[in-house]
Amino acid sequence: MQRELMNRAKELLIDETVVRVLGWKKGDLGYNHEPAYFDSPEELEENFVYDAFCGANLSKYMIEAGKQEGKTLVFLKPCDTYSFNQLLKEHRIKRENTYIIGVGCRGNLDIDKIKAAGIKGIESVDADGDMLKVKTVYGEKEMPFEEALLERCLACKGKTHMVYDELIGAGEKEEAGPKGNRFDRVSELESLSPEERFAFWRSELSKCIRCNACRNACPACSCLKCVFDSNQFDSNQKANADTFEEQMFHIIRAFHVAGRCTDCGECSRVCPQGIPLHLLNRKFIKDINTLYGEYQAGEDTDSLAPLTNYTFEDAEPGIVAERGRK
Amino acid sequence: MEVNQVQRIGVFVCHCGTNIAATVDIKRVLEAAAKEPGVVHAEDYQYMCSEAGQQKVREAIKEKQLTGVVVCSCSPRMHENTFRGAAQKAGLNPYMVEIANIREHVSWIHKNIEEGTEKAIILTRAAIAKVMLNAPLQAGQSKVVKRALVIGGGIAGIQTALDIADAGYEVDIVEKTPSIGGRMSQLDKTFPTLDCSACILTPKMVDAAAHEKITIYTYSEVEKVSGFVGDFQVDIRKKARSVDMSKCTGCGVCQEKCPSKKIPNEFNRELDNRAAIYTPFAQAIPNVPVIDRENCIKFKTGKCGVCSKVCLAGAVDYEQQDEIVSQNYGAIVVATGFDTIKLDKYEEYSYQSCPDVITSLELERIMNAAGPTKGHLERLSDGKAPKSMVFIQCVGSRCADERGKSYCSKICCMYTAKHAMLIRDKYPDVDVTVFYIDVRTPGKNFDEFYRRAVEEYGVHYIKGQVGKVAEHNGRLLVQGADLIDNRRILMETDMVVLATAIEPNPDVRKIATMLTASIDTNNFLTESHAKLRPVESPTAGIFLSGVCQGPKDIPETVAQAGAAAIKVVGLLAKDYLVTNPCVAKSDELYCNGCSACEKVCPYGAISYEDREVNDHGIREVRRVASVNSALCQGCGACTVACPSGAMDLQGFSNRQILAEVDAICR
Repeated sequence: MQRELMNRAKELLIDETVVRVLGWKKGDLGYNHEPAYFDSPEELEENFVYDAFCGANLSKYMIEAGKQEGKTLVFLKPCDTYSFNQLLKEHRIKRENTYIIGVGCRGNLDIDKIKAAGIKGIESVDADGDMLKVKTVYGEKEMPFEEALLERCLACKGKTHMVYDELIGAGEKEEAGPKGNRFDRVSELESLSPEERFAFWRSELSKCIRCNACRNACPACSCLKCVFDSNQFDSNQKANADTFEEQMFHIIRAFHVAGRCTDCGECSRVCPQGIPLHLLNRKFIKDINTLYGEYQAGEDTDSLAPLTNYTFEDAEPGIVAERGRK
Repeated sequence: MEVNQVQRIGVFVCHCGTNIAATVDIKRVLEAAAKEPGVVHAEDYQYMCSEAGQQKVREAIKEKQLTGVVVCSCSPRMHENTFRGAAQKAGLNPYMVEIANIREHVSWIHKNIEEGTEKAIILTRAAIAKVMLNAPLQAGQSKVVKRALVIGGGIAGIQTALDIADAGYEVDIVEKTPSIGGRMSQLDKTFPTLDCSACILTPKMVDAAAHEKITIYTYSEVEKVSGFVGDFQVDIRKKARSVDMSKCTGCGVCQEKCPSKKIPNEFNRELDNRAAIYTPFAQAIPNVPVIDRENCIKFKTGKCGVCSKVCLAGAVDYEQQDEIVSQNYGAIVVATGFDTIKLDKYEEYSYQSCPDVITSLELERIMNAAGPTKGHLERLSDGKAPKSMVFIQCVGSRCADERGKSYCSKICCMYTAKHAMLIRDKYPDVDVTVFYIDVRTPGKNFDEFYRRAVEEYGVHYIKGQVGKVAEHNGRLLVQGADLIDNRRILMETDMVVLATAIEPNPDVRKIATMLTASIDTNNFLTESHAKLRPVESPTAGIFLSGVCQGPKDIPETVAQAGAAAIKVVGLLAKDYLVTNPCVAKSDELYCNGCSACEKVCPYGAISYEDREVNDHGIREVRRVASVNSALCQGCGACTVACPSGAMDLQGFSNRQILAEVDAICR
């Protein structure tokens, strides 16, 4: 599929439909591809890549790309299109400056899971079949594709693109991928006592090194200036001075993206410390589903979001206290 | 005044007599306040709100050149404006005043001086921390639309509308049912004078209908409310009557000829039936029937059309559609009234199973000449005249469990005495017994009324509750207790009348939500102050009339209706209102243009525009939020919806609130 995508991108550049391409380029290792702009067919030929390690969700890059002159071609995986729609809804992206190729996706791989399976010295990974063929300095190793999937892909929202101009490697209606109940872990945490839960999160969040990777990757974290970077509030100074306040960063971030988070899982994917940040967001999603009815952010661009819309059927605010008591 | 960049804060601690001083060590609060950075003056006084107290505030502002004032006293809802006024007189911007509520939040809810004092000190610190970040604000003006809306056309709504209209202002009444009149139109006689309800109500209904300043929308409901005090925009849905009001002569032939006559008659509490095309009662205003489309054969099957054929005026219109009337109002009065509670949870009284167990409101209809029995007292099961009747008080009122209501419905003791007296007067051979918990008859000539029932009319009052009512050989067996004689009572009777608790009209929840008016746990609308602002809702421009605010009888309702009217008139008499300057403001450099604030704004005060901004040298056109400060009511919903903190509420900024929280947690 990589070749097919590259050829189509070249065509669109040459016929001047687009002036630049937003895709993924090879990283310095065989499994750390990164987002990149391509301005010419030559650049594409040299560096463009598409495989199971192209986890990065490119929709957020369209905020800046959309401000440039001319159209940008962007490749979006099915789950990335939810984020794109959500950003459209928030008026952050100019649709008319975007050409979307929806790309087919088998799921993205978690290099840490491969390493955890005892595979060391990885040089490259061939993920075409049901078994991964991992080339290492110690020779070729194998492991099942399914077992190396990213957490988010285990709770795949489906392989259907919500928005696109054309599709490559995917149909208009595709069924869901392997679907676990994405709220299982949230339910587990809910069943803990408040003290246990507090201890769990303090322990997880204490790993945070405030590299801001989660914030930078998160398509919902698209503020021009984050409240944690602003001198309008005292939150940033406090976060710098106090570890507890620092940990509040993640809680506040979860509040700020509540109702807007599409559950794309980028926060946990990019966290170098392996903090399960997506669980905070999923707790919100679970609560929204329970209190206001099933809602998937980014499914469309015009529905009213549960947290910014009021109806007579809304749960009464007191429900929060009731639930807290349980 | 000398220009001084440094904040100079004055703290004034009120004793409120012993209201605060008994539970808070005022001296320690003063000492603690004086130590806070920025505080240059701290003093106490017995009644800070008195003229002498305000004088102290004014003098200190001048002498100590204060830049901010903290008054530690009662709730800001009580006296914030008082102290703002005092500050203004002394030349300080009124919005440089903060209140630390050490009465409602401290002395009234704490008993221990140690705890109370500690909390008072903490709240004082929070207020000081906030006032340090206060900025002078200037109030603006907004126009007043000189027209009022009254929701509900019962006696409360009618009286309010009449009083407002008599003062010279336009009033619209919106009534859900086909006629105005409300519950009072269902009553037979009224206490304590026993005059006929219709005789005193219908002239008022006619007055309202004839008044040139009053427009009545019956069979209509309030659908949408936006705007704010002085200028509410309201959509009223006029439901399709299927009868042209301008053509109908009210002759009533359609009702007589309508073949669908088996529909429970709501006006007679479903004790008899009505036609599908109907006016609720003979004196209805307007005297124009409506077609109940759910039960009309024409609407159900497409066939029939009898009413149209017999209507000489050609008024029947099956094609009529609902109509939306949009109107602006300066003030809105809620007068939505009440209904009796459902008795399905009270199996012990056999209300569902025995037709001779009725509610008091049903008895009103039975006693009424226009009622299902033409005013003749008879058992609904067999039409026989009763020889004995039992009245049970407090059915669902003053109830400890969740089946009923915790409150006293207030009107039952009096109407039961009325019923008992009327029955004994008209049918002296009927034996009447009343089971009661307490007889509560305060009010002018009320207790005398009840004494007459006992002493002159020989009604038996038994203190005690009834545990069970059951059918027995064609009669009713009542099992109860006499708590004074301490004995169980088992008696046979012919009819049982239940003094069923009243509750606010269930529709009030929806209306309150539309109006952003608060309601209590029993769905009664909350007044702004239980004693001093009893007819005002805490939401500006919303007023309360009648039972929607709490149980009350007709005299009280009429008095309250007049009170609500004068408050409305006081508002409408103004050309402009001073607006609250504590409104939202968006910082264009932080705004992402996401529209979250616009979506949550209940007042439609936020719009978006493409504006060129200069962000530290970067010039670009951005989509940014813009607040219309005339529309903004300062509710703050946008400030919490804004993810980037661009939206802030002046006078309650994020920084101020965080400073308060920090001061409290310090």
